Amino acid sequence: MAESFEITDEMKARVGVESPPWTFEVTTTGVRAFARGVGYTDPVYYDIEAARKAGYRNLPAPPTFHGTPIYIPGKSEETFSTPLECDITVDHGLPNTIDGGKVTEYYEQICAGDTLTCVTKLASLDLKVTGSGITMFIQTIEFKFTNEDGKVAVIDRLKVINH
Amino acid sequence: MAVTWDNINEGDSLPELKKKPSLTQMVKFAAGNGDFNPLHHDFKYFACEYLGSVLVQGHFRYAALGELVQTWLGHNQGGRIKKMSCQHRGMDFPDADITCKGTVDKKYEENGEKLADLTIWTEDNEGKQNSPGAATIVFV
Repeated sequence: MAESFEITDEMKARVGVESPPWTFEVTTTGVRAFARGVGYTDPVYYDIEAARKAGYRNLPAPPTFHGTPIYIPGKSEETFSTPLECDITVDHGLPNTIDGGKVTEYYEQICAGDTLTCVTKLASLDLKVTGSGITMFIQTIEFKFTNEDGKVAVIDRLKVINH
Repeated sequence: MAVTWDNINEGDSLPELKKKPSLTQMVKFAAGNGDFNPLHHDFKYFACEYLGSVLVQGHFRYAALGELVQTWLGHNQGGRIKKMSCQHRGMDFPDADITCKGTVDKKYEENGEKLADLTIWTEDNEGKQNSPGAATIVFV
């Protein structure tokens, strides 16, 4: 089935379409939970005084953490906690999903206490045929996070691979 | 000694960061990042039954690479991450060693910024780079 997969005009029409905005909260508890999950022992991610002594205004968000999407039952996706209305991926019918990795561009420092507004966009659709002849359908999804000052704080570009 | 523009050189290696995520650590990470994909905690999930195990989250490896770079930089000492990335090309399993490594590939000035490009990657016990990536650091 995957060998004959094609990107349809209907799929192409979704490229560039933006989702409604969604709020991500960067809280002290969220920073501590993420840092604990990674295994950081550096006190700047747990102790506000240590963070301020290091020059931060509050606990800094560890790299790759941009806060927690507000969870609302029925409006949030149960597995990934992201808002259902911000899922801009296309229907494809392929059974297997792979996390292809991510590119993150930082523009502003992110600390606990920040509230970020995220807009997602389907940035591109691509096909790649592996050496073993399997067609991989690659969706690049952009997540743009804007802070309360109206400045873009960080942009993620995630590759979701289906086959 | 804090990392600064003046004291880094092309070819420098970042201090290695060792990880060995247990299932409990992976559950902590799931709680921290809000990703509850059963692939990472449910041994009865069809893919885990097929593989014989749950898998370490790709985002865990990405975050660990972020820790590698941020720990090398220190805090507000003159450098910050401008861009980072990684791909996921292989699987890591619970209780297995993951070593995060990095090197300084290029030190240069561009558009008035002092920059350094790093190659970063994770390595399993067989030397396989399951999450190769890159980072660009901007120095003040």
